[in-house]
Amino acid sequence: MKFTLKIWRQKNAKAKGQFETYKIDNISPDTSFLEMLDILNNHLICEGKEPVAFDHDCREGICGMCSLYINGRAHGPDEEITTCQLHARKFKDGDTITVEPWRSAAFPVIKDLVVNRHAFDQILQAGGFISVNTGGVPDGNVIPIAKDDAEESMDASACIGCGACVATCKNGSAMLFVAARVSALAKLPQGKIEAVKRAKSMIATMDELGFGSCTNTQACQAECPKGITIAHIARLNREFLCAKLKD
Amino acid sequence: MIDFICSSIGKKLIMSLSGLFLMIFLVVHVLLNLTALYSRKFYETTCEFMDTNIFIQIMVPVLASGFVVHIICSIMITLKNQTARPVKYLVTNKAAASSWASKNMFVLGVIVLGFLGLHFCHFWAKMQLQHILGNDGANAYDLLVDLFSKWYYCVLYIVWMCALYFHISHGFWSAFQSIGLNNSKWIPRLQLIAKIYAIVVTLSFISIPIYFFLGLQKILT
Repeated sequence: MKFTLKIWRQKNAKAKGQFETYKIDNISPDTSFLEMLDILNNHLICEGKEPVAFDHDCREGICGMCSLYINGRAHGPDEEITTCQLHARKFKDGDTITVEPWRSAAFPVIKDLVVNRHAFDQILQAGGFISVNTGGVPDGNVIPIAKDDAEESMDASACIGCGACVATCKNGSAMLFVAARVSALAKLPQGKIEAVKRAKSMIATMDELGFGSCTNTQACQAECPKGITIAHIARLNREFLCAKLKD
Repeated sequence: MIDFICSSIGKKLIMSLSGLFLMIFLVVHVLLNLTALYSRKFYETTCEFMDTNIFIQIMVPVLASGFVVHIICSIMITLKNQTARPVKYLVTNKAAASSWASKNMFVLGVIVLGFLGLHFCHFWAKMQLQHILGNDGANAYDLLVDLFSKWYYCVLYIVWMCALYFHISHGFWSAFQSIGLNNSKWIPRLQLIAKIYAIVVTLSFISIPIYFFLGLQKILT
């Protein structure tokens, strides 16, 4: 297969970026999107040009590092996948593919397609944790948890913090990410201790960092690679409002 | 308290509560309008009741405040959201799962507000405002017959109601989501109720200009 790649190039955080066009051919339909970028980079290095910088790590859809906005969709044209799980066969031979970094005031571009997602770490540091005593390993099942609650918590825990929700939301809102983290802990007894402080601190940090407000467009759940739903956002709203009422 | 009002969820809560209040008002308004389809006398009696009832008189400034709060919050949220993505995407997927209405709530709100101004000039200024100024207001039923006999006014009114349909079909379920009264079972149910509510309310409003434009009052009452 052959493609025309239109890729955002930006030397550093302060430089002005622009799109550059590259032709690539002899790509197997089973090549992953990131492997295709690797092939492109090999060509660029052989030609003495700067390779395209992009985030990647596990390449099996669990680390949340890959972060490309491909043809107008976070993680490209498929459902519930990360960019590393996207393959050339999802495009038509001869397609022009536009590759952009996540666009958000809270995720500044560092270089080319790499963005700084430290804002997510800051939100987690504000309250996305539980206090546990150190010591011996506790007995399994010592704290009874209803199966439905455990499953819902696990669904929310599937969030890999990739930022596709922010990239997709027309308001650049991080509500789905914060909701997943708050929901994962709110459904477990271990998360109850800091519950009142957690939602308030995480939302305050999210607002400070320049993310937008949620206007319930549902775009985030449509593009979330882990299928996290806006039902968790309703729980976050509930947790936040209950916490504020307790003030 | 200021922290709460300034927070993104706090502003959304105020938007939701004021929106739900305005949606209750819409139901009351359309029910009163529908009395015009029954008879001139019935409609004039309800108008008189609205003009003289003390509870309604107290609710008028509350209603106006509801509008003002809803509009101010929407402007604040929209301005903040505009800053969240300084560099726009070159390509965006228009066919994403989000509804058109949900992505254009502010624009729809501006359209609804614009027509509301027109509506105020044609009805409120000639009726309630005159009563406040101590004058005899225009006859409400005569105003309906006169305005809705003009085809362009009927078209404007229907366009207004279409914008209102999209605005409230998203606003209704979105309000419950923002308040936190939602979960995976209730999201589709509330979205369905929102559509039914929006269809019933807007079609009821639209039935009035159509009724008078076709001159059905001469045949049916």
